[in-house]
Amino acid sequence: MQVLVAFLVGGCLCALAQLVLDIAKLQPAHVMVLFVTLGAVASGLGLYGSLVRVAGAGASIPLAGFGHVLVQGIAEDVATRGAIGLFTGGFRAASLALSAAVFFAWLMSVLFNPRG
Amino acid sequence: MPKRLGQQTVAFSRPPVLLSTASVVGPEEGKGPLGQYFDVVKQDRLLGQKSWELAEEMLCEEACDLAIKKVGLTPQQVDFFLAGDLLNQIITANFSARTLGVPFLGLFGACSTLAEGLALGGMLLDGGFASTVLTACASHHDTAERQYRYPTELGVQRPPTAQWTVTGAGAVLMGLSGPGPVLTHATVGKVISMGLKDPADLGSAMAPAAAETIWQHLQDTGRLPTDYDLIATGDLGAVGHPICRRLLADRGLALGENFTDCGLLIYDRNRQNVDAGGSGCGCSAVVFASYLVPRLIAGEIRRLLLVPTGALFSPTSWKQGQDIPAVAHAVVVETPA
Amino acid sequence: MAPARTPQEAYQQTARAMQPRRPILKNTVLAFLVGGLICALAQLFLSYLLGRGVPQKEALAVTSGFMVFWGAFLTGLGVYDNIGRVGGMGAALPITGFANSMVSPAIEYKREGYVLGVGAKLFTVAGPVIVYGLVSAVLVVLARWLLTGRP
Repeated sequence: MQVLVAFLVGGCLCALAQLVLDIAKLQPAHVMVLFVTLGAVASGLGLYGSLVRVAGAGASIPLAGFGHVLVQGIAEDVATRGAIGLFTGGFRAASLALSAAVFFAWLMSVLFNPRG
Repeated sequence: MPKRLGQQTVAFSRPPVLLSTASVVGPEEGKGPLGQYFDVVKQDRLLGQKSWELAEEMLCEEACDLAIKKVGLTPQQVDFFLAGDLLNQIITANFSARTLGVPFLGLFGACSTLAEGLALGGMLLDGGFASTVLTACASHHDTAERQYRYPTELGVQRPPTAQWTVTGAGAVLMGLSGPGPVLTHATVGKVISMGLKDPADLGSAMAPAAAETIWQHLQDTGRLPTDYDLIATGDLGAVGHPICRRLLADRGLALGENFTDCGLLIYDRNRQNVDAGGSGCGCSAVVFASYLVPRLIAGEIRRLLLVPTGALFSPTSWKQGQDIPAVAHAVVVETPA
Repeated sequence: MAPARTPQEAYQQTARAMQPRRPILKNTVLAFLVGGLICALAQLFLSYLLGRGVPQKEALAVTSGFMVFWGAFLTGLGVYDNIGRVGGMGAALPITGFANSMVSPAIEYKREGYVLGVGAKLFTVAGPVIVYGLVSAVLVVLARWLLTGRP
């Protein structure tokens, strides 16, 4: 059941991104940036947290979830540490995904060559 | 007989002879409808090299080598080497020229480079400045993707207007005498821009340049489209070619079955995943070298108007919001009666 | 249709009418299926972690890292670009696509060396996502803090 909800919500977010890409004729990078930003805004309004509770990975895995993680982390740090948290919370909360991405990207570049 | 006709056309008084032509292509091109005609079909896009750029250089050098050897000459007997490609600072042409060791003039006309080389080579020969000229151009799918679009492993979709850069190189060796088809005219195109900005739709950007050059060529020479057995544009593809036909029809020039496009000939768009067809300066070069010239020699076509088209933009210019200008040059090749 | 003014505009009208339409419906359905499938697989892993008693926040982070690994690995194998060609944003929007956008330039520019190639080009596509993600997150929290008094 939880898997089905994740499928539906994640699928809908991706379908929406595809519509934006095709109709506005944007580059994929533009759409990715747009969704991260929208995720951050929705998180600020308290909407994205609810979506993650309902849809789990269906909301956290699309890039909008990345914006949500950043907002959540910054808000937590501001609550505990004050203004300095604005600049500590984001990367702290996203550290696992970012470090994994940098490390594995580097590792794959050592292991593999482009196939075209 | 005057060497200039009308506004943009030169007519060679001693028509240069196409002594030999050669082509080397990648696997995808080998699987296409013209696969059997190419001199060499490589089974691996990397050609056993360390980078796509080196592979492209290998394609170019092998095509040049073949064209020279086919008539039993050596590079020392070639007076000029005119070549170009799509990469920054035309490195493929430069590095091939280093290997070849022939006096070299680098060309850039994007995908119209073949016609630029044929036209200039013809002028060098007819002007008495050379007795043998080699012209070549090369492109490679992955070097072009990497420079103009994205890293090759990035998972992006291609819109239906996108074209597939041909992995291949074509070379043409021209001289003043001997058997073979001759180059009679060249019409040098103007750079035209109709304000299009989509780098994934170069066919639409280039079609007006092709139409303009074809129209000007016919004006200058006083000929009709029916005077040609075949009129082939370079790489307008499935989007640009019908638009070009329409633009000419709007100006009262109805082109018939004899109007085709190298970008449409090289791949089978139903079977191969190439969207709107082939592109790249290798596209018209390999189709001309291995399909069109042999048909001229065989007498299946007696007079050909080849109109390679080039989109003259860079990743910098389009990111800065500039539109995409284009150029087309036309050359006439015919079998002497 | 508005009457065309310049030859440029007239041509653009003609060209637009003759260009093939993007298969928007097909693209959207494929993006839905591919993106949904990636999220469903991530959910399987997330549910497994939660079932073993991992706290939610940590489970979400570990799931992201897990998917990043698979996105990176499939890019290395030369598979992810094909998934992307079919799935479009369905492959690009999930965090696996974010990994793909880092691994693909890293591999591509390896030939320019490990420092000036891999190291320098790693963030060519992913960089903007991180930049605008962080900038917008800081601004969002700051705005909320100033407006409501709580971060």
